[in-house]
Amino acid sequence: MSDEAPPVRARGLVKRYKEVLAVDHIDLNVDHGDVYGFLGPNGAGKTTTLRMALGLITPTEGSVQLFGRDPLRDGARALQGVAGFVEAPRFYPYLTARKNLELLAALDGDGASGRIDEVLATVELSPRAGHKVGGYSHGMRQRLGIAAALLRRPQLLILDEPATGLDPAGMRDMRELIRRLAGEGITVLLSSHQLPEVQELCDRVAIVDSGRVVYEGALADLRRQGGAGYRLHTTDDTRALEVARAQPGVEHVIDAHPPAHGLVFQAQERDVGELSLALAAAGIGILALTPELATLEDLFFRLTEGGNGANPQALEVAV
Amino acid sequence: MSSVAATPPAAAAALAHPRRPFTLTVYRWELRKLVSQKRTYLGLALVMILPLFFVIFQNVHQRHDHADNIFAAQITQSGLATPVLMLLFLSVFLLPVVAALVAGDIFANEDGNGTFKTILTRSVDRGQVFAAKALAAMTYAALAVFAAATVATVAGVASWGFHSVRTFSGTIVSAPEALLLVFAINITYLIALFTVASIGVLLSAATRNSAAAVVGTIGIVILLFIVAEIPGLEGIKPYLLTEQFQAWQGLLRTPTDWGPIGHSAWVCALYAVPALIAGYLVLLRRDVAGG
Repeated sequence: MSDEAPPVRARGLVKRYKEVLAVDHIDLNVDHGDVYGFLGPNGAGKTTTLRMALGLITPTEGSVQLFGRDPLRDGARALQGVAGFVEAPRFYPYLTARKNLELLAALDGDGASGRIDEVLATVELSPRAGHKVGGYSHGMRQRLGIAAALLRRPQLLILDEPATGLDPAGMRDMRELIRRLAGEGITVLLSSHQLPEVQELCDRVAIVDSGRVVYEGALADLRRQGGAGYRLHTTDDTRALEVARAQPGVEHVIDAHPPAHGLVFQAQERDVGELSLALAAAGIGILALTPELATLEDLFFRLTEGGNGANPQALEVAV
Repeated sequence: MSSVAATPPAAAAALAHPRRPFTLTVYRWELRKLVSQKRTYLGLALVMILPLFFVIFQNVHQRHDHADNIFAAQITQSGLATPVLMLLFLSVFLLPVVAALVAGDIFANEDGNGTFKTILTRSVDRGQVFAAKALAAMTYAALAVFAAATVATVAGVASWGFHSVRTFSGTIVSAPEALLLVFAINITYLIALFTVASIGVLLSAATRNSAAAVVGTIGIVILLFIVAEIPGLEGIKPYLLTEQFQAWQGLLRTPTDWGPIGHSAWVCALYAVPALIAGYLVLLRRDVAGG
């Protein structure tokens, strides 16, 4: 493994199943230490992309490298320092959790079998380690999937919907674990539908839609590009609405619901200053004027559903 | 889940040259997986129960009129005739079926459980997985053959004694020599049975469906039996896999007739080698998209 090579570098990845284009020229750039969110609606091509990254399926075009190694060319060597799962983690139902981990540790080599107790404890499955996996709940299998990944002492952890099927406490614990692993220097590539989870955990994201990346970059940049919004409370919101709508540079002014929540609008900082002067000139007192960044959820839907009434120009994204 | 310290990442130096597992390790785990599945014991139980039933039936009925076969005729004279006779019966169909049961399931079972992606994202190459699984399927076939032979020998000897037997040539061989011959004929039969297992392995990798692979393998055996009976096709009969199921009988002649054994070896190779190469290529190139 080259220390210099990025954990994941995908270029022009295409996967076509007969007439269906599942992945359409996807580029990914996951750097050391990233907690990288991979977002997209169902069928967007996330899992197919992750499978190509892990060498489970062959790209129709393009290539992917993990720490500079191509899973197709280098086989298992390319997965050195890489662990994780795509879709739900799967195990042999007729073996106990411990036996499953023993098997996987044997397939890992490198002393992985000596870490079984430790990883079972990490995911709090030690008391049930002697039970057959066939009787495990979905959440327990997810946790066992994490344990199986940790056996490899990964430098890159690829997790596909790790919180799916977990109860709220399980989801919280999963987030905490991911955060802690990231804190220890592990690069995480996290595919998720849980937008709050991504917003909370990830520093960089790629959003895919219909097999294409519609945004890749820092989450903070995305939110900035989503357009700065403001919320305004005044002594007379009805008149303030008229003033704001008449003010150049102030756009998308609407009554917030319920009305007691004031007005919301989008504007550049300079235009906000002009608006505050105009309100003062109109004898309207400003009670509060607060900037509001768009949430990841807003941006996600704008990118993948084309707007929901939002200003389509407000999000000039890098593709 | 969050209360215990997670494993720290390995030092880059340690990851630079990790010790990767040997194919033998993967093979050993394939055997352990087989041992852990109930279905594994079904075929073994069948091939062990039949010789037992046969011996019990012979003891109850005390029949001595098996004139159609020299070993059948001396069934009650020496217990060592029993394993030969049982191989004669079982080699034609039951043992190929039992071999197909596991060989046809060996890859498809991973598809059924969705565990291919689990093992293929570890530190082993697809080639290692293929070799280990093919070897495991053949190990099971060998185990089935020797389980049947052991039960037949023990039950036969317990019922009718450890005595000399007469071979197809009429030569009488001592009991220890006969025991060695029993071992040798079973070893020889494995050449054909491994070929059946190889076909099962190919179908298992290609179809990704246990039932289809098992039925397909058995179907091929039945088809070859039918082809052997079609008038006008006598010329290809020596090259049919099913004709090799009885090649071991050459060992029961004096002097040993190596002709059919040698012929069987290369005919079986004509079936097995392409099947294994095709199975390997299928596994190497396939997309693991399920699970």
